[in-house]
Amino acid sequence: MAEVWNPDLSTEIAGVKFKNPVMTASGTFGSGMEYGEFVDLNRLGAVVTKGVSNMPWPGNPTPRVAEVYGGMLNAIGLQNPGIDVFLERDIPFLKQYDTKIIVNVCGKSVKDYVEVVERLGEESAVALLEINVSCPNVKEGAIAFGQKTDALYEITSELKKHARQPIMMKLSPNVTDIGEMARAAEAAGADALSLINTITGMKIDIHRRKFALANKTGGMSGPAIKPIAVRMVYQAAQAVKIPILGMGGIATAEDAVEFLLAGASAVSVGAMNFVDPYATVEVIDGIEEYMRKYHVGKISDLIGAVR
Amino acid sequence: MKQKTTGIVLSQREIAPAVFDLWLETALAREARPGQFIGVYPKDRSTLLPRPISICEVREDRKALRIVYRVAGQGTREFSAYREGERVELLGVLGNGFPVEQGKGKRVFLMGGGIGIPPMLELAKALKEQKEEQRDIQKAGQGQGQEQGQGSGEGLGAEKENDNGVISSIMGYRDSQTFLKEDLERYSRVVIATEDGSVGTKGNVMDAIRENGLEADVIFACGPMPMLRAIKAYAAEKGIPAYISLEEHMACGVGACLGCVVKTREKDPHSHVNNARICTDGPVFEAGEVEI
Repeated sequence: MAEVWNPDLSTEIAGVKFKNPVMTASGTFGSGMEYGEFVDLNRLGAVVTKGVSNMPWPGNPTPRVAEVYGGMLNAIGLQNPGIDVFLERDIPFLKQYDTKIIVNVCGKSVKDYVEVVERLGEESAVALLEINVSCPNVKEGAIAFGQKTDALYEITSELKKHARQPIMMKLSPNVTDIGEMARAAEAAGADALSLINTITGMKIDIHRRKFALANKTGGMSGPAIKPIAVRMVYQAAQAVKIPILGMGGIATAEDAVEFLLAGASAVSVGAMNFVDPYATVEVIDGIEEYMRKYHVGKISDLIGAVR
Repeated sequence: MKQKTTGIVLSQREIAPAVFDLWLETALAREARPGQFIGVYPKDRSTLLPRPISICEVREDRKALRIVYRVAGQGTREFSAYREGERVELLGVLGNGFPVEQGKGKRVFLMGGGIGIPPMLELAKALKEQKEEQRDIQKAGQGQGQEQGQGSGEGLGAEKENDNGVISSIMGYRDSQTFLKEDLERYSRVVIATEDGSVGTKGNVMDAIRENGLEADVIFACGPMPMLRAIKAYAAEKGIPAYISLEEHMACGVGACLGCVVKTREKDPHSHVNNARICTDGPVFEAGEVEI
C-alpha cells in the first residue's frame, strides 16, 4: 500500500512562522493588489511589499525596464507613495488575507529609515521588516549603506534600536565579499538577511546608440542570475547563524529547493511573476511535490542540507 | 478578469514588409475592447517578458482576436514565424480601452501612425456600431405613431452616407504599404498621409487634416510620440478632447512593477507622485492629463 506522505511546508524566520517558504521579492509584486487577480494571496508564505519611504518618491525617468538574455534590467528608482498612503491603503488591503506581511523599507538617510521603521512599529499586522540597503537605482542612500561593512553595521544597529519587529537586512550582490557583509549585519543585531538584490547591469541599444535605460545602469534579475544568487546565499549561510530569505532568478520549485539546500530558510519569487503571474503558487505546489517524492518531512530538513 | 491563457494561431500573413496580421483563437476575445492590449509570450526562454500588442479586431463571435504588429526584435521575429495551429501563451486582457462613448453623436478623428494604426480598426468598428444603435433608437422614437417601415428604404441610404462621413480615419504611413486601409474603409472615411508622398497627403497626419480641411469634435489616436505631441497641441488649440494611446517598455503589464509610467498633470490615486501606469491606468489617456 502506498504510503501517504504529508510534508510540513511551514518555516520560520526570526521567530515569525510562515505557512510555507514562498514569498514575493520586493518590487515585483506591489502590495499584492495587482497579482491578487491571478493568485490567491492566502496561499503565499508572505507578501514582501514594494519598498516604502518616509515620503512619496517619484522614481526614475523612463525607460525604466529593458529585457536582457534570460532576464531583465530595471531602474524604477523605488517609486512609492510614501508611508502615509502605504499605511492607509496597502496594509488594510493585505490584512484581509491569511498571509504574513513583510514590509520593505527604503530611505536616503538613517533618519529616513528610522522614521519608516517607527511608523511601521505601530502596525501589529506587519510581521517583519526588510531593510533595503541595496537598491542600485537610487543615487542617495540605499546601496550606499549596503556596500561597506561599517555603514551596514551602523544602520543595522541604529534601526535595531527603533524597530518593534524583527529586521531583515537585504544585501546587495554588488560587493566583493558577501560573507563579510553578512557578518557585519549579524554583528550589528540583524535578525535575518535577505539576498540577493539585483546585480548592476547595463544595456546599450546599438541601433539608436543610446542606453536602454534612462538611468543608464539598472538592476538585473531573472533566471540568468540564479547561479550567482545560489552561490551568495550559500556563502552568506556559511558566514552567519541568522536565517536567510533567498532569492534571485527563482522560476520553479526546483530552483526554490536549490536555495533552501544552499541555506535559505525561505525564498522569494521576483521577476518570474512578470513572466508567469501564477509562479508563486506553482513553486509552492512544486516544493510540496518534491518533499513527497523524496520523503522530506519538513522544510528545516532541507535548509542548508548541502554543505 | 485578467488571466494567462493559451491561444491558438488561426492564420497569419505578412500584410506589409515586416508587418504581420495574426488571428488567434482565445478566451481573451470575450472581454476585449478597442484600445486594450494583450501580452504575447515568446517561447524562446531567453526572452522572458510578454510583448504588449494592441488588439486590432475582435471576431464577431468573440472567440478570436486579431493582432497586427511589426517585427521589432527577437520576440516579434519569433511570432512572425508562427503558422496555423501554433499554441501561444497570452496575458490579457490588459489596460483600459478607448472611451468609445465619448464619440457619441460627434465628428470623430481616428488618427493612427505606423504600427499605431491597428487598434484604430476595432475602435472604428465600435464607433460605427454605436452610431447605428443610436440611429436605431432615434428611428424607433420617430417611428412611434407611424406605420412601421414606412419610407425607410431611401432615407437609410442617405443617412448612412452622412454617418460614415462623421468618422474620419486619418492614417499616417511610411509609403504606399497602406495596411488595414480597406478594413478601416468598412467603418469610416479614410484619409491617408505618407512620408514619401506615394499615397494621399505627403507628410504626416496633421498635414492630412490641414490639406483636406477636416474638423472634428473629438480625437482618438495611437502612434509615435511626435505625432501624439502634435495631436495634443492641436486638440488644445481647438479646445477638443483627444484620447491618446501611449506606449512604453513594460515588464509585468498588470501594474505591479511600475516600469511603464507617464507623468501626469494631476496626482493620480495610485502613485501619488504624478506617475500613472501606462499598462493599467492607460494605455489611453486624455492628452491634457499627461505630460508627453
